[in-house]
Amino acid sequence: MVKLKSILKWLFIGLILAFIYFPIVFLTINSFNESDIIQKWDGFSLDHYKYFFNFENEPIRVVGQTLLLAVVVAFLSTILGTIGAIGIFYSKKKTGKVLTEVNRLPVINADVVTAISFALLVSFLNIDKSTYIPLLLGQMLLCTPFVVLSIIPKLKQMDNNLYEAALDLGATPRKAMFSVLIPQILPGILSGFLLSLTLSLDDYVIAAYTKPDSFKTISTHIYGLDKNNVVGPKIKAAYWAFTAIIFFIIVLIVVISNVIAYKKTRSKKR
Amino acid sequence: MTETKQRLHFSRKLLAIPYALFLLAFVIAPLLIVLYYAFTDDSGKFTLYYMKMFFNESGEGLKGFFTSYNFKTIMRSLFISFMSTLVCLIIAYPVAYIIAHCKLKNKSTLLLLFIVPMWVNFVLRINALKELFVWLGTYNKSETWNVVNTIIGMVYDFLPFMILPIYTTIIKIDKSYLEAAKDLGATPAKAFLKVTLPLSKAGIVSGISMVFLPSMTNYVVSNYLTFRNVKIIGKLIDDYFTGDLWHDGSFIALILLLFMFLATWLTGGFEEDEQTNTRGTSLW
Repeated sequence: MVKLKSILKWLFIGLILAFIYFPIVFLTINSFNESDIIQKWDGFSLDHYKYFFNFENEPIRVVGQTLLLAVVVAFLSTILGTIGAIGIFYSKKKTGKVLTEVNRLPVINADVVTAISFALLVSFLNIDKSTYIPLLLGQMLLCTPFVVLSIIPKLKQMDNNLYEAALDLGATPRKAMFSVLIPQILPGILSGFLLSLTLSLDDYVIAAYTKPDSFKTISTHIYGLDKNNVVGPKIKAAYWAFTAIIFFIIVLIVVISNVIAYKKTRSKKR
Repeated sequence: MTETKQRLHFSRKLLAIPYALFLLAFVIAPLLIVLYYAFTDDSGKFTLYYMKMFFNESGEGLKGFFTSYNFKTIMRSLFISFMSTLVCLIIAYPVAYIIAHCKLKNKSTLLLLFIVPMWVNFVLRINALKELFVWLGTYNKSETWNVVNTIIGMVYDFLPFMILPIYTTIIKIDKSYLEAAKDLGATPAKAFLKVTLPLSKAGIVSGISMVFLPSMTNYVVSNYLTFRNVKIIGKLIDDYFTGDLWHDGSFIALILLLFMFLATWLTGGFEEDEQTNTRGTSLW
């Protein structure tokens, strides 16, 4: 009876994992298909990969600029979010509470509403989209609240006496900030940065409303192919290859981090 | 000494100012502009025209509203969103529970397997799902299939957001509560209903709030998986804005905002455990 229950449990977990991974694995298999039509298997080939890695073609350039945008946005959001989190944490209780609540608005609000309201502001202030400023600010608006949310718990856990001790021992406030306070909340800052990266990479709707017309991100490019019914089978198939590549990289990261963790626990036991 | 301390305190507090200005300029101000556009016409004069247009599209009064395009779209969105949230919950709770209670040493690795797909761009993932539907022959097959595929897509996209907060609350539950329940003669089912379920409520609520609104508005999923044949409220807003009908679009955005405030109010206000609601920051 107990055994049956346990089998059922793992069967369930397996089924859900299959649901999550099957589409990606399916696409990975098809990325090696010579044909660019899913229903037709024309034999194994690396054509889609060759097309993807050719810099004369659009996909790899779009991937590159999306990554660059994500790094810039994550960097700026992390700085602003760190400053904001420290500020909120040390401000008066009432001010802090109001700021925390306003900070939660973009988190729980629907992306479309955030995007169109921000786009309205951009047109209201007559900011030129081709300056990239609306795109940067818009994505920062998406990411920074999450940075703040990931740092504040670390500030709460922090030992405040260390900061005071540093000051008593003659450190300037700036020095105490950078060599005592920041190191203590560094894990929160790092996770905020990583989260910002994934949020920016994942964003469609903010970018769609704020980007310069000629600029494309991965999301807007693929969605645009589908939306305008542009039959770009080559481009589409190149993105299958790209999906497979990310999938491989992620699997690799997970495996490596597990091996490291496993070795650590083993060496500890000895 | 006290003087320097006070000054320092002051200086750290000052750090809140740039972020407060950022929030004011890019969160509060845009929402006020939406409000402004919803109730003014092109010349900037106050008007209830767009509200009337929304409720009385057909010109038959409120009776016509219930058969209007807008109303049907909202009901369709609510249905898709409700079903997606329900399916997510039915899948996510057992998954989170099994992982949290399993005897494996590396629970986080198992959890990671459910979270990792989030690192693949969601349009790429939805594209994968679409190609699968094409292969299976259910892509744009019929109206029912389109709705079913949309719901599958939403679940596929948002499932991690439901698993994570539920997992974090279940793993935090003090095991001695369950032991106490057992010692006092509760059956496992009863212990679950009386201990685990109530104590994981916060996770369920925050999971629902992470899934419900996005699956009403993420029109990339519904458009992509149905050859643009299933229209949800997010797409409605997008259509108005891309069609330069900003006032109509703003009014519908306002209704979505009301939905959001209503949902937050129903689920216990803005003050939730920050840890459970941050798209898995605790994982890194």
